[in-house]
Amino acid sequence: MNGAQDLGGMMGFGPVEPEPEDVRFHAPWEKRALAVTLAAGAMGAWNIDASRHARETLNPADYLSSSYYEIWIKGLEKLLLARGLVTAEELAAGRALAPGDPGQRVLKAADVPAVLARGTQYDRPPEATARFAVGERVRTKVMHPAGHTRLPRYARGKVGTIARVNGVFVFPDTHAHGKGECPQWLYTVAFSGAELWGADGDATLTVSIDAWESYLEGAAA
Amino acid sequence: MHEHSHGHHHDDHDHDHEGSELSPMALRVRALESILVEKGYVDPAALDVLIETYETKIGPRNGARVVAKAWADEEYRAWLRTDATAAIHSLGFTGRQGEHMVAVENTAEEHNLVVCTLCSCYPWPVLGLPPVWYKSAPYRSRAVIDPRGVLADFGVTLPAATRIRVWDSTAETRYLVIPMRPAGTEGWDEEALARLVTRDSMIGTGLARTLEELRP
Repeated sequence: MNGAQDLGGMMGFGPVEPEPEDVRFHAPWEKRALAVTLAAGAMGAWNIDASRHARETLNPADYLSSSYYEIWIKGLEKLLLARGLVTAEELAAGRALAPGDPGQRVLKAADVPAVLARGTQYDRPPEATARFAVGERVRTKVMHPAGHTRLPRYARGKVGTIARVNGVFVFPDTHAHGKGECPQWLYTVAFSGAELWGADGDATLTVSIDAWESYLEGAAA
Repeated sequence: MHEHSHGHHHDDHDHDHEGSELSPMALRVRALESILVEKGYVDPAALDVLIETYETKIGPRNGARVVAKAWADEEYRAWLRTDATAAIHSLGFTGRQGEHMVAVENTAEEHNLVVCTLCSCYPWPVLGLPPVWYKSAPYRSRAVIDPRGVLADFGVTLPAATRIRVWDSTAETRYLVIPMRPAGTEGWDEEALARLVTRDSMIGTGLARTLEELRP
């Protein structure tokens, strides 16, 4: 969706403010926000694409005026409400008003290291050959889906070159909405700065995105 | 207390003890945590382990070891370039947000910069949690259209002829930049080399420390 998360190429946010490498958190609640988000995600009631979509459906004004951990918490509340795991009344009260579902998967402290080390694999065995090869010219589609997509606006309708063929990966546009993994070939597509930003752009610039096959169509060489 | 939109402020009132003034966001997170714990969905001890892990165990020193090994060991460097996931896994750095790794290498001709314009995708097993600026609108908006301007914010100026290669992490592939090895470090062991590798140099917003910068 064309939400506030799709920031590439926007202007006016001011300079980037570097910070020292040893700064991990900026307030104690950020640690809790991180841990609660990860632990709640480990319940398995939603996948990573659904969680990204929950964040990007925040009102753009809200998204842009929230820090990233705030965005996480607001997205998490949406997911918990949508899955019926907590109620609006509970969020308002700040405490549980009914017992939870005892059948729900819960991440135990002893399992944390193994769960983090395992991660989640998003690649899948290929069932068809890749449509495009390295070096081939492709054009990204012009599309404005109302749901989740990982094709940023700045890279839609642009001609680029396949730089890598990454394998077959779970397709976020369906996965985010409970419509299945629908795995597709994933490519790294490189665009010149001029193609993305016009003649005034940095002539030394190349930008790539990772694009699923259905985002792409062939382009004349 | 108001939280700055980019989260740069230390919220001095955000203490975790009774009787202190908590920000609305701190209260909101505390309430959510309480609800989830009371409903049995979250194990409070697991929260502590998660925090401890990302505060003390998983951070950019992991990535620095990968880069140092790549600098010191040509065979490892080649492996890292062709199968970064396996090469990084061999050092014990693996898992969440680093399942599918790609390593890209800076040269005198080409400089790599990594961004996630759509969210905050970042290689956690090698770099830890992303810094605030990496998740912020200024960085995510400008990295793809004005990377030299972003580099200037970090005090980095590259030759005008150097090609800039920006990787927007729009899928589950996570990118690690191998910075250029500083001059005068021939024969150094991996431990000494790792001290030259900064977090920012592995994102591409910085360069490895020079020998001058290493001196106190």
